[in-house]
This record gives sequence, structure tokens and C-alpha cells, in this order.
Amino acid sequence: MSVNGKSWRPTADIETLKKRAQYLADVRLFFAERGVWEVETPILSTAAPTAPYLDSFTTDYIPIGTQTKQRHYLQTSPEFAMKRLLAADSGSIYQIARVFRNGEQGKLHSSEFTMLEWYRPGLNLHQLIDEVNGLLQHVFQFAAVMRLSYRGVFEFFFKLNVLTCSDDQIKHCARARINSLPDEFETDRDGWLALLISYVVEPKLASLNCPLFIYDFPASQAQLAKIKYDQQGNAVADRFELYIGGVEIANGYNELLDADELRQRFEQDNQQRKQQDKPVIPLDEDLLAAMQVGLPECSGVAIGFDRLLMLALDKQKISQVQSFGFE
Amino acid sequence: MASVSTNQFKSGLKFILDGDPCSIIENELVKPGKGQAFNRVKFRNLKTGRVNERTFKSGDSVESADVMEVELEYSYTDGEFWYFMDAKTFEQHAADQNAIADCKKWLKEQYVYTVTQWNGSPLLVTAPNFVNLEVTETDPGLKGDTAGTGGKPATLETGAVVRVPLFMNIGDLLRIDTRSGEYVERAKK
Repeated sequence: MSVNGKSWRPTADIETLKKRAQYLADVRLFFAERGVWEVETPILSTAAPTAPYLDSFTTDYIPIGTQTKQRHYLQTSPEFAMKRLLAADSGSIYQIARVFRNGEQGKLHSSEFTMLEWYRPGLNLHQLIDEVNGLLQHVFQFAAVMRLSYRGVFEFFFKLNVLTCSDDQIKHCARARINSLPDEFETDRDGWLALLISYVVEPKLASLNCPLFIYDFPASQAQLAKIKYDQQGNAVADRFELYIGGVEIANGYNELLDADELRQRFEQDNQQRKQQDKPVIPLDEDLLAAMQVGLPECSGVAIGFDRLLMLALDKQKISQVQSFGFE
Repeated sequence: MASVSTNQFKSGLKFILDGDPCSIIENELVKPGKGQAFNRVKFRNLKTGRVNERTFKSGDSVESADVMEVELEYSYTDGEFWYFMDAKTFEQHAADQNAIADCKKWLKEQYVYTVTQWNGSPLLVTAPNFVNLEVTETDPGLKGDTAGTGGKPATLETGAVVRVPLFMNIGDLLRIDTRSGEYVERAKK
């Protein structure tokens, strides 16, 4: 029997779920062998990420016997709490966390999914890429990875120097290459770049037979990564994204350590939220305080575990690797 | 006018784009990690039948289209319009050349067709998957050739020309698959 035409049955077959369990066990073994220990952090928090295009679920905590409501957010990633552990001298840690992103639903998106996130004090970004490569090869049997800079990707596909060209050049390139955009369509520089990646680059990467790391992002997309200067002297964000089969799988940073700069980025995000009539998000003062004390030099990465399984097991939809997909 | 937001998009949803009614075939969320979200929508323009793609910013709205599909029986044509009847209310609906389009060669009295209506008037007529039509013109049949090798063209009562086995004759009733335009088998009269 079903409700609203939907079956009660799992969206993944049992064989797939057993493989998922095996992969989880193998991942834990991979980290145990490297002395990275597993942590658990709260799903609920009174603060949340401020990123303008990331929407947290909210819920109210009501202490028994009162009618006061305290707004809480469900984590979109375990990043903030894990960084507080790092500041408390945890050393290398990982987490297999359930995370939530409001409104995201599709073949490749689920509002509730599993994130594999880890932090490595002392490793730089390319050493962390090596470790991700090890995980992909040994646990998931993918081919050895390729690496390309963000600038290299845009030079290869669009003959554009993405770090120095004008906003108009990017806009014209996007309009020429993407024919589904209506004339009145407008977005900002990073929006056009994201469209070019999603509509032109990703489909081409789909036929690549190995995982690809794209690194050195435009500084405007630094998020929580450090900004550095590349060989040509252009400011770039010291972060990477991992693509497998044309699908974005992971996001890694050389972590920003400067508490004041982080506060500034949070506040800029909230300004942008105000302009878009979106709710302003309370800053994570605990994280900022921890960073004031000091985060060790470290690199960190978050992998969309369900997407990775989807590709490893050759499935077309994220719900096909989740027991009961968010559909 | 009622509007629908991109977050209500799903296949089969009807909306107005650039003045034309359209039906969503596929809707996919495009959202890089922490970046802005877009909806990549594949749709059919119900007026022209063409399939197209359009990108919307997630949260944008479009005008919803009052499009319905009804089952109507074909009655007759006066050369300008093709008339269909609602078997329950006996109400007549007139479809023009544009709405009939490719379906014209499969129109036979008393068969029931799917008529897509926009604001109450027929927009598109779709034939049932199979119709039985009589052969009105073909070369004489070859007796004994039942292997159906080669085949020959035959004109049917609606004007459609299909390839049929050599043993078919004028007056034979044939079962035709309207989706492929192919002969399936001989039908009983």
C-alpha cells in the first residue's frame, strides 16, 4: 500500500545498502590506519553558516515549563564544531555526519545527506589532495586523479583568463555558450562562472575516466579558505573542488585562520542576505572565539558521501543509494 | 493570473512562456555547493510541439497555464475545422489546422482522441496509439506471398500512406501504430 502514490519501500535496493555499509566500514578503517580519529558533534546549533545561497533548516528549542523559543539551526556541515575541536588541540579528526540543506532536491541533491569531512593539521592543500586520491583509489577503486587549476580549466574550455578578464567577457562567453538563458537573465560574476561550469564544463568532464581536482579558485569564491597569490601574482583562493564523472563531489580548503577576516566575511554574507531579503544569520561566536585562540595550520575537506557512492556504484540518482530518499 | 514558483516545477506542469503554453518534461536543480541555485527546465511548447530548454533562477515565478487534456470523439470536418464531440455532454469542439497537425492522417470518425485544451480551445490533438484504417489504393495483391518480404505502399482511407505486405488488397482493414506510422497487422472488419 502507498500514500499519495508513493511506495513505503526503500529507494535503494538492499544489495546497494549492504555495499554502503561496507564502504562506511572501509572508510573508518582507512582513517584508523592513518591515526585520524572519529568525532561526533551536535547537529543543532544556535548559529549557522552565513553563506547567502545556503539555507539551513530551523527549529525551536522550548525549555520545559516555559514558552520561550530559542531558534536553532540544523547543521549544513560539521565544519564549525570540528574547528572548535581543532582549536582545542584535537589533532587530525574526521566525521561521518548527517547534514541538512533546506530546499535542495533533485537527481544530485537531497535536503538531508551524509557528509564525510576531515581535517589534517600540518598538511597543505596538495598533500590533502594526495590523501583524498588515496581514499578514492584504495576504498572506492577509482583511477588516479588529474589536477587542473581553475584558470587552466577556463583557458582550456573558453580561451579566457578567468582571473584577469572583465565581467563582460565572462557574461558574453556564458551567453554564447548557454542557449537556454533568456535575454533578460542577469547574475553576478560568480553566477556566470558557476553557469559555465555547470552547463559546459561538467558535461564535458562526464566522459573523463578519472577524478579531477580543480584548484586555485577566484578569490571571490574563497568561502572559508585562505587567499594566496599564484605564480602570475593573481589573488586566488587556496581551495579545491573534486569532480568525478562531471559531478561535484568534494570541497577542500587550506583553512582560513584569521578570526577577524572570518568575521568580516560572515558580515559581508549577511549584508548580501539583507539585500536579497533573506534572514540574517547569527554568527558563530564560539567558532570566532576558538579561532582567536588559534586554529592550527590545517587543510580540510568535505565529501558528499551519497554522491560518491552513487558514482562508485553507477547509480543515476542520489536517492538510489539512500535507504529512504528525501523525495 | 496565477503564477507558479520554480520550487513547484515538476514534469507535466503547464506554464506560459513568451505567450505560449508549455509543458515541463524535465526539471533539474543546478546548484554548485554554496553558489546560487538555478532550475534547468526542458519543456515542450504545446503550440509548436518543439522541445526547448530554459534556465530560471530558483525562486523565480512563471505564469501558470490553464491547460487540460480531454478525451473527445472525432465527428467530421468542413475543410476548415475538425469537429470533436464530448461523449458525455455532446458538446462540440472545433480544432483548427494547427491543432490537428500530423494527426490529420489518423482521423477517423468515432475514434476517441486526446485533445489538449488551452483556455477551453483545442491546442493539440493526439491520436490513439492504434487505429484501424481501410486500404483505398494499392497495387494488386500477390496471392501466396504471406512472407511479407519487401512490401509495397498502400494509401489508406484517411490519405495516409504506409508500407504493407505484398498480399494486401484494396478494401482490407489494417491496424496501424500511429506513433511510428507503421502497419501492425490485418484487422477484422
